[in-house]
Amino acid sequence: MSSVILKDIVKRFGDFTAVHKTTLEIPDGAFVTLLGPSGCGKTTNLRMIAGLLDPTEGEILIGGKRMNDTPIHKRNLGIVFQNYALFPHKTVAENVAFGLKYRKVSRDEIARRVKDALELVQLPHVGDRHPKALSGGQQQRIALARAIVINPDVLLLDEPLSALDANLREDMRVELKRIQDRIGVTTVFVTHDQSEALAMSDKIVVMSAGHVEQVGTPEEVYNAPASEFVANFLGASNIFDAPCTQASAQGATLDAPVFGPVEVAAARAPGVVSGPAKLVLRAEKLQLMPQGAVPTGMISAPATVETVDYQGQTVRYFIRLGERQMQAINMIDERPFAEGEAVLAAFRPRDCAALRGA
Amino acid sequence: MGRFSLGWAAVSTWAVLVYVFMFLPVAVVVLLSFNASQFGAFPMTGFSFRWFVELAENEAILRAFRTSIVLGLLTAVISTTLGVLASLALVRYRVPGANTISTFLIAPILVPEVVLAVALLLFLNFLGLHKSFALLLFGHVIFTLPFVVLVVQARLIAIKPELEEAAQSLGASPIQTFFAVTLPLMAPAVAAGALFAFTISFDDITGTLFWKPGGVETVPTQIFAMLRNSISPEINALGTVMIVMTVGLPLIGAAVARRLAARSGG
Repeated sequence: MSSVILKDIVKRFGDFTAVHKTTLEIPDGAFVTLLGPSGCGKTTNLRMIAGLLDPTEGEILIGGKRMNDTPIHKRNLGIVFQNYALFPHKTVAENVAFGLKYRKVSRDEIARRVKDALELVQLPHVGDRHPKALSGGQQQRIALARAIVINPDVLLLDEPLSALDANLREDMRVELKRIQDRIGVTTVFVTHDQSEALAMSDKIVVMSAGHVEQVGTPEEVYNAPASEFVANFLGASNIFDAPCTQASAQGATLDAPVFGPVEVAAARAPGVVSGPAKLVLRAEKLQLMPQGAVPTGMISAPATVETVDYQGQTVRYFIRLGERQMQAINMIDERPFAEGEAVLAAFRPRDCAALRGA
Repeated sequence: MGRFSLGWAAVSTWAVLVYVFMFLPVAVVVLLSFNASQFGAFPMTGFSFRWFVELAENEAILRAFRTSIVLGLLTAVISTTLGVLASLALVRYRVPGANTISTFLIAPILVPEVVLAVALLLFLNFLGLHKSFALLLFGHVIFTLPFVVLVVQARLIAIKPELEEAAQSLGASPIQTFFAVTLPLMAPAVAAGALFAFTISFDDITGTLFWKPGGVETVPTQIFAMLRNSISPEINALGTVMIVMTVGLPLIGAAVARRLAARSGG
């Protein structure tokens, strides 16, 4: 096991810069997620760590050793690909044993380690089958077994869950995290799915257009987004201009339209000073109430329900406050509000975050 | 409804006629090769293996047969090796001018064989070299390479690069990856390409007539030479043998390829 360090990495394809100068440190044993929309450079970063792409500039260190000139087959990495990439002409056991054949491991030990790996992914009885005979979820488990059986220094996961259907994806998410905890291998996970990132990671690296937007624990990136992009990418947010009237060590007071002054704690208002600023109000923190309710400790304003997007347990409302449209995602209490209904939109100031305005 | 049936009957009849036109001559050759008469023509006077026996005792034909087989095998081996390497380069690596190279590799199919034959001879002349078996082989390789490249390339495109990346990430060097993953997965196409190369070489006459050195005959040129004297029934027998080889080999090959593909699940 080893730490991974990207030092001033740049990757250009011709005139196009896929990854702008990036420095990242992935500590030994950590589960770090590169999160962002497609084309943000997350997969490019992963492929550079893997040795499938050469960085244009900068250094890649694994376990403190410079890896730039080490070819992929000498890096001792486990990679799990989105489409599993199991060898179709080999049985499951041969697939899992593949990496061990290129390491000086005796036959008996190969057999033992393959068996252990298949048990770890809870598929001990499929060794003689061909990958084609397995379901997508099973194939992905085998791909994971094949990657970890070699005791890799780093485990690289390239959107490993996105080819699975929703229910299976959530099961595999738990499973993957369990296995990673168990073997404690440094893991780099690439995904565009914010819930996967939030659920599994020790640290999330949010990327956009080749830049790192924010690095932090799931709570940090969720509660104190460093940019409008992060606030929007991790869940739905209402973001609006709200000039900061007063900033101190305790927090900042923002003058929000419609709602009036809102006090945001300093931890959630990084770098906000008096002047232009933005208020971030998560859709699930904006609570709709019947007209005439008197919420305590909350800031509220009258609103009209415009659209109702019913999702079973929750409902997503688009509401209108004056000339402004906002989103609210609420649990359903008895019945959802109807379209056109007049309501009260309320939130607690401590659920807000603030960004420095442009 | 009646008109539809009539039209359908006409189409069916036409199709049958086309097949008769295509296969009747072949059938006649096979039939006449078993004719006891000493003229290679109708009427049949009896059933006999006589011409096959004479064929087997004809030194010139046996020599031609050996030449054709050696030439075919060498062509198949060289063409397949070059074709696989070229396909790998074109599909897996970024080669400057890949499209142009690809077109040049396929071009021998598009250029009339006579033109290619003359061109190669002129080139030889320009270099001041004499005709030789090596030249003949060279010609056949040029000629069969496109078929190998087309078949192998198509297969290689269907093999996901992630499979090779996975193999390398697990510790296999690029060469080990080729032999452990890429080659087994494209084996059916490689076998098909080799068969194509062999049968095309075995059967070629135009280029061979231009390129063969004096005294060397392949089966087709030998038949051609024999025809100049008379239509011996031996030629019918030889024709039958060649039909069995050129039809039978690819069929066997295809069956083997299907078996392999079914087993590898690819």
